[in-house]
Amino acid sequence: MSTNSPATPAATHADDILRLVDPAGTLNEQAAAGMLDVTDELVRALYRDMVLGRRFDQEAYSLQRQGELGLWLMSLGQEAAQAGSIRALRADDRVFPSYREHVAALCRGISPAELLSQWRGASHGSWDPERYHFHIYSLVLATQTLHAVGYAMGVRYDAGDSVVFTYFGDGASSQGDANEALNWAAVTSAPIVFFCQNNGWAISTPASKQYAGPLSERAKGFGLDAVSVDGNDVLAVYAATQRMVERVRTGGAPGFIEAHTYRMSGHSTSDDPGRYRDSAELARWEAHDPVERVRLLLTARGWADEDYFAAVASDAEELAAQTRQECRAIAEPSLSDTFRNTLCEETEALRREREGFETFEESFL
Amino acid sequence: MTSTAAAGSARKDAQDKGSTTTLGRALNEGLRQAMRDDDRVVLLGEDIASLGGVFRVTDGLAVEFGDRVVDTPLAESGIIGTAIGLALRGYRPVCEIQFDGFVYPAFDQIVSQLAKMRARSRGLLRLPVTIRIPVGGGIGAVEHHSESNEAYFCHTAGLRVVACGHPQDAYDMLRAAIACDDPVIFYEPKRRYWDRAEVDLGRPVDGDTVGRARILLEGADVTVVAYGPTVAVALSAAEVAAAEGRSLEVLDLRSLSPLDTTELCRSASKTGRVVVVHEAPVNVGLGAEIAATVMEHCFYNLEAPVERVGGYNVPYPPARAEGDYLPDLDRVLDAVDRVCAP
Ligand SMILES: Cc1ncc(C[n+]2csc(CCOP(=O)(O)OP(=O)(O)O)c2C)c(N)n1
Ligand SMILES: [Mg+2]
Repeated sequence: MSTNSPATPAATHADDILRLVDPAGTLNEQAAAGMLDVTDELVRALYRDMVLGRRFDQEAYSLQRQGELGLWLMSLGQEAAQAGSIRALRADDRVFPSYREHVAALCRGISPAELLSQWRGASHGSWDPERYHFHIYSLVLATQTLHAVGYAMGVRYDAGDSVVFTYFGDGASSQGDANEALNWAAVTSAPIVFFCQNNGWAISTPASKQYAGPLSERAKGFGLDAVSVDGNDVLAVYAATQRMVERVRTGGAPGFIEAHTYRMSGHSTSDDPGRYRDSAELARWEAHDPVERVRLLLTARGWADEDYFAAVASDAEELAAQTRQECRAIAEPSLSDTFRNTLCEETEALRREREGFETFEESFL
Repeated sequence: MTSTAAAGSARKDAQDKGSTTTLGRALNEGLRQAMRDDDRVVLLGEDIASLGGVFRVTDGLAVEFGDRVVDTPLAESGIIGTAIGLALRGYRPVCEIQFDGFVYPAFDQIVSQLAKMRARSRGLLRLPVTIRIPVGGGIGAVEHHSESNEAYFCHTAGLRVVACGHPQDAYDMLRAAIACDDPVIFYEPKRRYWDRAEVDLGRPVDGDTVGRARILLEGADVTVVAYGPTVAVALSAAEVAAAEGRSLEVLDLRSLSPLDTTELCRSASKTGRVVVVHEAPVNVGLGAEIAATVMEHCFYNLEAPVERVGGYNVPYPPARAEGDYLPDLDRVLDAVDRVCAP
């Protein structure tokens, strides 16, 4: 098991991986100086995003265990990668997520009900992508990276100044679509940034079985500008994303960010990570917790006091209660609506089938 | 057998006429008009810009429309995947798949992404993407260049699938497909690209051309249902049958999904005998759906079981054997004999 274990960012090629705050909460002033204006408001806001995101994920996990959700894919451990990246974007920068970007989605204002609907079996996607500039989740790995590139081509046609941003995983990086997307983006100079959350695992397959050379090197080979960051360091992620996105916005080559993070839960509520990874690995990564180091930084700097932490904790509890309540109130789906939504106008054939279905159902009333 | 004899004679007839347009040219004019009408129409494909596509269907469009005609990297999944993204941005992409056998690398993007995204978004998103595919055999090509894969896409909810069989329809249907807000798989019968007919290029966009079947020839005894490349085969079968005293009605399906059940059943009920002709293998092909539809709706008007004439259930054969594989005049007339047998 251990031979396959993903190394913590501290352990391998640490020199190439951008880090601003270490696990003890110490800010590397020198490194930060050139990149980011580290203000107390910024750090507090990112801390709050992460705490709320974590609490939401935990509540959704419980809801699954209690039978309210069919499945849940946990984001535990990836809060910094997600909050740090999404908060560095402009509100109209279009995001194409994978399926685990709950923290990023919450930051964009997507509601708990909208996020849970799919996992409750009430829809396949429930929020309006236009409203949040955040596309619905993609479950077929890496497919969204191509949609993102096409959307970015459209931004280019429109001479727009928004940047397209797409999330995918270390496992998804092996898909043909991901590699077609990287190449396509480079060839067309589309205004896009790829954000790979390398959380060490694709279900039970360790990242070491996905690639032999660093993903950021592969991206460079395609002609993209690429960086690696400590994905559990929210300030590093924020700084790297901001820098990359602004560079792309002003006409630079498409970008690639590899965020080294860790999936602290199983792949999903159906997974049993005990079959393929040991608890020592989890313990190693717990020492790199993304939320804890920010709490330490806030405390050390005197940027937040106990009242602040208590207030955030109470907001998180409120979100959890709201999540539970919204989840149970999600409307049941209707098959009739699916007939109507299959094509822009319900065809005669669909209408006939729907009416047949409805007549059959009514015969039981 | 003489699979291309009918096509050959149809081509010669057409060439003898005055001011005519080939089916390929009609498609080209359709694209040009669609791009003039709507500057959100963009073309994506392999070798479509300076070359004009391997069949020259996009000939000259890059000159007129510049970067709206995109020579893409050689990546079919990428062509459809980026078209989806462009559609989400408000564009109306028209993709060219170079040959039928090369659509499979894009299968997931078509079937799981393009087809489902509207339903997945509960009707919020529109995906007006047209996918043009040269289809079928009869040109003596190497393998992977002669396939008829419409059944895969007809089986997929969320897609419209159409096939043109005639130059005027090529023009009208392509414009209607591009104007349609749903994803459309648009099949172009590649051995008919050079067929000629008079084409009215001034017609307005008519959605019915991609939704409705059309009777090309009225008849009383047997309905021959065809689409795309087999339309010409059906027409020449009707000609020969007429000489033998049999009156065939030729129904050009045009829309393969959804099926125009109304027109199909009207004709089937009238003649009581139906022969379906397509190049795709008969096994689980569109003919099966047509036969079942006719059986469900017109059972008591039928005089004989529906006959299917199509490819055999084998991989598409080498070019020198394709004449035996493709449904030709003789096989259609043979099936007509069977449904007419007392
Ligand atoms: C094309 C495809 N193959 C297989 C799956 C099943 N599957 C779902 S998630 C997953 C692992 C993906 O790992 P990664 O890309 O690293 O993302 P993570 O789950 O770690 O966030 C697999 C194999 C899928 N969704 N899509
Ligand atoms: Mg992973």
